Amino acid sequence: MKYLHLIRAALMRRKTRTVLTILSVLAAFLLFGLLDGVRVAFNSGGTLAGVDRLVVASRFSIIQSLPESLVNRVAAVPGVKLTTWANWFGGYYREQKNQMIIFAIGPDYFQAYPDYGVTPAMADALATTRTGVLAGKAVADRFGWKTGDKLPIMGSIFPNKSTGETTWTFDIVGVFQAPQAANRALEQQILLNWKYFDEANAYGGGQVGWIVAKVADPKHSAEIAQAIDALSANSDHETKTQTEQEFNLSFARQIGDIGLIVTAIIGAVFFTLMLLTGNTMAQAVRERIPELATLKTIGFTDAQVLALVFGESVLLILIGGLLGLALATLLMPIVTEASGGMIQLPPIGSRSWGMGIALMIAVGAIVGILPAWRAMRLRVVDALAGR
Amino acid sequence: MSALVEIRDLSKAYTRGRQTVEVLHHVTLDINEGDFLALMGPSGSGKTTLLNLIGGLDSPSSGSISVAGTRIDQLGGTALAKWRAAHVGFIFQFYNLLPMLSAQKNVEVPLLLTKLSAAQRRQNAKIALQLVNLADRAAHKPAELSGGQQQRVAIARAIISDPALLVCDEPTGDLDRQSAEEVLGLLQVLNREQGKTIVMVTHDPKAADHASHTLHLEKGSLVESPP
Repeated sequence: MKYLHLIRAALMRRKTRTVLTILSVLAAFLLFGLLDGVRVAFNSGGTLAGVDRLVVASRFSIIQSLPESLVNRVAAVPGVKLTTWANWFGGYYREQKNQMIIFAIGPDYFQAYPDYGVTPAMADALATTRTGVLAGKAVADRFGWKTGDKLPIMGSIFPNKSTGETTWTFDIVGVFQAPQAANRALEQQILLNWKYFDEANAYGGGQVGWIVAKVADPKHSAEIAQAIDALSANSDHETKTQTEQEFNLSFARQIGDIGLIVTAIIGAVFFTLMLLTGNTMAQAVRERIPELATLKTIGFTDAQVLALVFGESVLLILIGGLLGLALATLLMPIVTEASGGMIQLPPIGSRSWGMGIALMIAVGAIVGILPAWRAMRLRVVDALAGR
Repeated sequence: MSALVEIRDLSKAYTRGRQTVEVLHHVTLDINEGDFLALMGPSGSGKTTLLNLIGGLDSPSSGSISVAGTRIDQLGGTALAKWRAAHVGFIFQFYNLLPMLSAQKNVEVPLLLTKLSAAQRRQNAKIALQLVNLADRAAHKPAELSGGQQQRVAIARAIISDPALLVCDEPTGDLDRQSAEEVLGLLQVLNREQGKTIVMVTHDPKAADHASHTLHLEKGSLVESPP
């Protein structure tokens, strides 16, 4: 620690350069923090992953539907307490950029998912209004919808049987609000009657997208999942039953391998960072050769000079990196709030902080090693003579 | 008086590309404890090379150098660095202060290599700055000081570890006459009152006049008198 002021003095020798370098390191670690949050969010399988819910979907693809008749057979499997189901209904509101998250849901859906905060009155209104929908507060606020409004949706998959067009007009019968902040993402959804969807879509009826089975004891989930899958073995609709978290993860992976994408972006950012800071450090040492030679003349050993330059490099990256991660920590809840819960970035956890700090030290060490080696190998007599 | 520095048959050659240049030829010399020796000679005569060898900054090609009984020509890099820290103070023509540190912090730098506490280091640096009459400029950075003041800070740094030997390479070469006189007067005080042995390279005969005696180097060899 007694050498810290020497390192600080070296860093402050060219203040502008040091500040700019710290800013570039800050930007890199801000990106690291945010992208790592995205990776964690995608890998967590969502906040709604109930431990007592299994999702039964086609073994081959989530877009391949299952026969409705399977629901009762799943319900009869020992250990299954409740079943419901849902279908994805793709569509947008007014303009294509306003893509909506719409699910056609079966009965008892809200018993399986109390997380939506749908009141019994709303559930009744949905059940008794054929064209009814429940809209989440976030999406309703975004477009200024309220209960009683007509909601025209341009379907992107299913045409309406009665009109032959993809325009569907729904009636908003309620606006729900998730009671827990962690479930705010649910408020981006629109929920409609599966019965209406089943009867009105032109692609035929009697099909469900996936079945949700609530189990009595999550400890037996694995055996129950096996029993459910056995129901459809060797049929044209073989199933894959997963915990809800696994299901959400596989759903998210349809977008792409988020982990790989994040790693590739971070890798490119850090490669550029290393070139930039490596060049800065090399330049900083070149400029200070007479000073380093003076330290050696006074009696600093080669190892001490190496440690000074190495410490300078690591400290430079640590300052920028810690500021970047701290800023990412501050921004995470702001991004989550600003997106109305659509993007649920988790707080930067101790694992991410640990990984970030390890990365800072590694980058500092890599960019510092060559300049530090050069400083260590400096011949005092040549350096003092300006050779 | 006993010899603090004993140089025997010392030669130094440098290789530059394919050429080997012998800068010092078989120099034998004793420098007594408490001596103030001026080394003079034309450019390229080997003065700075001899000074660097005496200060342990370079190793001879052949011959030996003992300082206070230690064969420094036999010491390795780390041992030589530690020896320098404990036994030699260096004063350069261009002061070689660290520009981002205050005068006080510059003087403290050699003490970082000791086990002294921060408070002791601060205290010793204050005393050293008082000795060179710069106590009031302790907080100033080198750029805020005149050349003469910077050289006095460098002298304070050189004596802070209380070395027996001071090696000075053209200590007045960058100074006006008045500042040069102040610096040379200070070196005389350190020599006479504190018993420091001083070896000074200079081109300036007036500077050499402050030394107790002068030796001349000519083409890498000691000569009796200047040509």
